[in-house]
Amino acid sequence: MTLLLDDVTLTYEDGGGRLTALDRVRLDVPAGTVAAVVGPSGSGKSSLLAVAATLIAPDRGRVVVDGADTAALDRGARSRLRRERVGIVFQQPNLLPSLTAAEQVQLMAHLSGRPPAAARDRARELLAAVGLAGEADRRPHRLSGGQRQRVNIARALMNDPAVLLVDEPTSALDHERGAAVLDLLVGLTRERGTATVLVTHDREHLARADRVLTMRDGRLTGA
Amino acid sequence: MFVAWRDLRTAKGRFALMGTVIVLVTLLVGLLSGLTAGLARENVSGVTGLPADRLVFAEPPDGRSPSFSDSAVSEGQWRSWARRPGVVDAAPLGVRTTEAAAAPGSGGGTGGGAARVAVAAFGAEPGGRLAPGGLAPGRVVLSARAAEELGVRVGDRVRLGPGTAAVAAVEGDASHAHLPVVWTALQDWRRLPGAPGGATVIALTTGEGFTAAASEAADEALGTTALTVDEALAAIGSYQAENGSLQLMRGFLFAISALVVGAFFTVWTVQRAPEIAVLKALGASTGYLLRDALGQALLVLTAGTLAGTALAAGAGLLIGRSEVPFAVEPATVLVPAAVTVVLGAAGAALSVRRITAVDPLTALGSAR
Repeated sequence: MTLLLDDVTLTYEDGGGRLTALDRVRLDVPAGTVAAVVGPSGSGKSSLLAVAATLIAPDRGRVVVDGADTAALDRGARSRLRRERVGIVFQQPNLLPSLTAAEQVQLMAHLSGRPPAAARDRARELLAAVGLAGEADRRPHRLSGGQRQRVNIARALMNDPAVLLVDEPTSALDHERGAAVLDLLVGLTRERGTATVLVTHDREHLARADRVLTMRDGRLTGA
Repeated sequence: MFVAWRDLRTAKGRFALMGTVIVLVTLLVGLLSGLTAGLARENVSGVTGLPADRLVFAEPPDGRSPSFSDSAVSEGQWRSWARRPGVVDAAPLGVRTTEAAAAPGSGGGTGGGAARVAVAAFGAEPGGRLAPGGLAPGRVVLSARAAEELGVRVGDRVRLGPGTAAVAAVEGDASHAHLPVVWTALQDWRRLPGAPGGATVIALTTGEGFTAAASEAADEALGTTALTVDEALAAIGSYQAENGSLQLMRGFLFAISALVVGAFFTVWTVQRAPEIAVLKALGASTGYLLRDALGQALLVLTAGTLAGTALAAGAGLLIGRSEVPFAVEPATVLVPAAVTVVLGAAGAALSVRRITAVDPLTALGSAR
């Protein structure tokens, strides 16, 4: 199993008290499968992704990413795990305005200290895989919303992550482009054997997932 | 520098603006440094060029500091100093501001109408360690500027105080308190208006065996104050006042440049906060981000400082051809540039440390 959240509880300060964002959540996602998480706004979906991405440590429970128990890792090791074993597809593409599409993807290799020449070829391969072979040298302001989202996906895949965390990937896209992006994600999950968590509001996406989980008031059901 | 290079390429206008500010600040610092050094040289080169390592002043009245204009030492004092352990040579030196003019029939001298020039008359014993070659009673040695301002050459005669003297040589470019130096024999110097009977100071050359304790004991016994040549510069009134003000201005300019650079990179870092959050979420370490941002700051600083310094050096060379005292030398060109870069980098470092406070969770949107 590539991603495991075991009895995870996460609370935040909320005024004088504490708000429970995740309540004894258990989630395991094997390699090559897509687990879709649905739920209303504020139910804890983004908190689930934040914990799985090691961006925040839970109050209780274990988070195991590709065999590594994150509780035992210091901040530097968590950053390393995140850039080498976890891919994040943000809800908004979050591309850096000064980088071309190819450089957005190369950046991940640069962060990991890999040679630039090999990274350049690999970045172009990935952009071709998401249908952007001809847009590699364009900066974000010259790409459409759908193209930016596909660059976001290519960037997440650059370091061959074991875990792919996808946050509402089609929220800014029309139906046709959204369907294309989802096809791409599911296909890449199968092909590359990643464990993919897909947070979505879109009921049409659920049919493509291997499992559908519901988040409500911090509790995950259907796991 | 992966992201930093590309930011520089993309945000050209913003960084060009910042670079221009650094160029102008560096240019101003360079010009002020050259002027400060030029003015200082006009003030002190007569003293710093002496073949001596200490100057002995008459002990000033309580609460006052030694001064070239007030000091008067006696023959007994310099003879006593000469016998002190570790003193290789003790030579009396007279320093007096007076007026000089070309004598009638000499150079610029056209009878009684010759221009009077204020000079610093340095009196030394002919043949002594301090005296330039050719100095003798009735003969003077002029600095080049004195000769030029008086319009005289070797062999001409100049009027100095109540008497006249022949110009034995023209050498060096020494000046004291902005006045060109005229070397005269000590016995002639004593006849200048207001000159004391002895000398102004004693120039010491010391060797092994001369200690601070021995110096203090001699001062105590002889009623004198011995200072190193560097310390003695404070006894030139005009140097102390000018140099203090100019150094203060330089200090403020350095502080302003650090603040301007710090302010720019603070705003830049705040504007980049969402990108920094994304980079952290993607796994960039804080060290990587700090190196990237500081490298960018150093690049802008160094490029701006080099351009500003080159402009200041070029302007200095042009100014130096006029009568403005301006020094273009490594200490006035490279040192201010290095200080600007170091202080600017410190300002940038203080501002980019905000990177450590950026929360990567914000890249995920509403995580809370």
